[in-house]
Amino acid sequence: MDARLGPVLCASLLAAAPACADDYLPWRVTDFAIEEPLGGLRGDAARGRELVIARDKGNCLACHHLPIPEQPSHGTIGPPLTGVGARLSAGQLRLRVVDEKQLNPATIMPAFYLHPEVLYRPRPDAATTILTAQEVEDVVTYLVTLK
Amino acid sequence: MTRYLHLSAFMAALLFATAAGAVEPRSGYDFLPPEFQAMQDDPFENPGMFTVDLGRELFNAPGDDGTSCATCHGADGEQLRPARIARYPVFSPKLNGPVTLQKQIDLCREERMNEFPLTYDDPSLVALETFVRHRARGEPVKVDVSGPMQPYYKEGERLFRTRIGQLQMACSHCHEQYTGAMLRDQLLNQAQTNAFPTHRLLTQDISSLHRKLRDCFATLRAMPFQPGSEEYINLEVYMNARGNGLPIETPGIRR
Repeated sequence: MDARLGPVLCASLLAAAPACADDYLPWRVTDFAIEEPLGGLRGDAARGRELVIARDKGNCLACHHLPIPEQPSHGTIGPPLTGVGARLSAGQLRLRVVDEKQLNPATIMPAFYLHPEVLYRPRPDAATTILTAQEVEDVVTYLVTLK
Repeated sequence: MTRYLHLSAFMAALLFATAAGAVEPRSGYDFLPPEFQAMQDDPFENPGMFTVDLGRELFNAPGDDGTSCATCHGADGEQLRPARIARYPVFSPKLNGPVTLQKQIDLCREERMNEFPLTYDDPSLVALETFVRHRARGEPVKVDVSGPMQPYYKEGERLFRTRIGQLQMACSHCHEQYTGAMLRDQLLNQAQTNAFPTHRLLTQDISSLHRKLRDCFATLRAMPFQPGSEEYINLEVYMNARGNGLPIETPGIRR
């Protein structure tokens, strides 16, 4: 697989809002994984668990079953994620959250950290990545705990 | 031996269907819980019938020249032919493009009754469309896309398969690849158009197809097109034709 480098960083690393074209952080694929955390950020598993539930954020439950029994409806579109931390490394999980289309171009799964310039007709208030770099790291850190 | 022949014929059919991207059309009705199917089936329970009644009133309301739709088509639209209603959108040589049923109703008002044209999806037009399409309830959809409609059909299909908005999904992802799967608490259907205009349970009122398309675009955090836009008309051509053979259910009940 060819290495892919995102555009050059030109704004704050710790932006609270999802990245627009100007503050998009670069990432690199090696061996079907993104080994380096985005912006060198540290994830928080508890926050990640909240993000996978939140409908306006990760909303992973829309498509995946997760070990989150207090939530009533889990989707059946994607594979169940229980035990995914034992099957995939943090780097492999990061690539799947950042841009699953690198692995499967036909996938229904959105790239949660896609360069906003390649979006087609995004609503003006949604011309950003879906998650911030910090939120990507939070979700990855949570998924790693699902052994 | 016969069993194996049947099996291989089935496998061949399956392969052919997959290769052609063709799926047996199934109405959204089949994906509804029984209580909503019952609501749709019972004209006294179906809230969409209020719109049919409103449409009938407008159909009989005389314009400035004293004529109404009913003057030509009958008080209950009995002169309208269900088989013709089921063919829309059709190609208009005069406009050199597809004409939807709603657009045809507006053109008729303009040309025969000397009325000003209304904005696409004006509530009066949606009510008239609902009344007229209800006249064809049970009639199989039969849109002809073999001739001059072909480019519009192709363009509609292209949009149906284009990833849109921040969520980068195409209509086809949910409504073709994952029909029957659960999206959180929603059962994904085929996005068939045979029940439009439909009564939507979420908004508690009638929804034209183009309004539903706008809502779908909003769900994907995409900039919608306008009702009556080329894009939505092309989508209507494609979506109606891909549901050829399904019975018209207007007014349907949908989530």
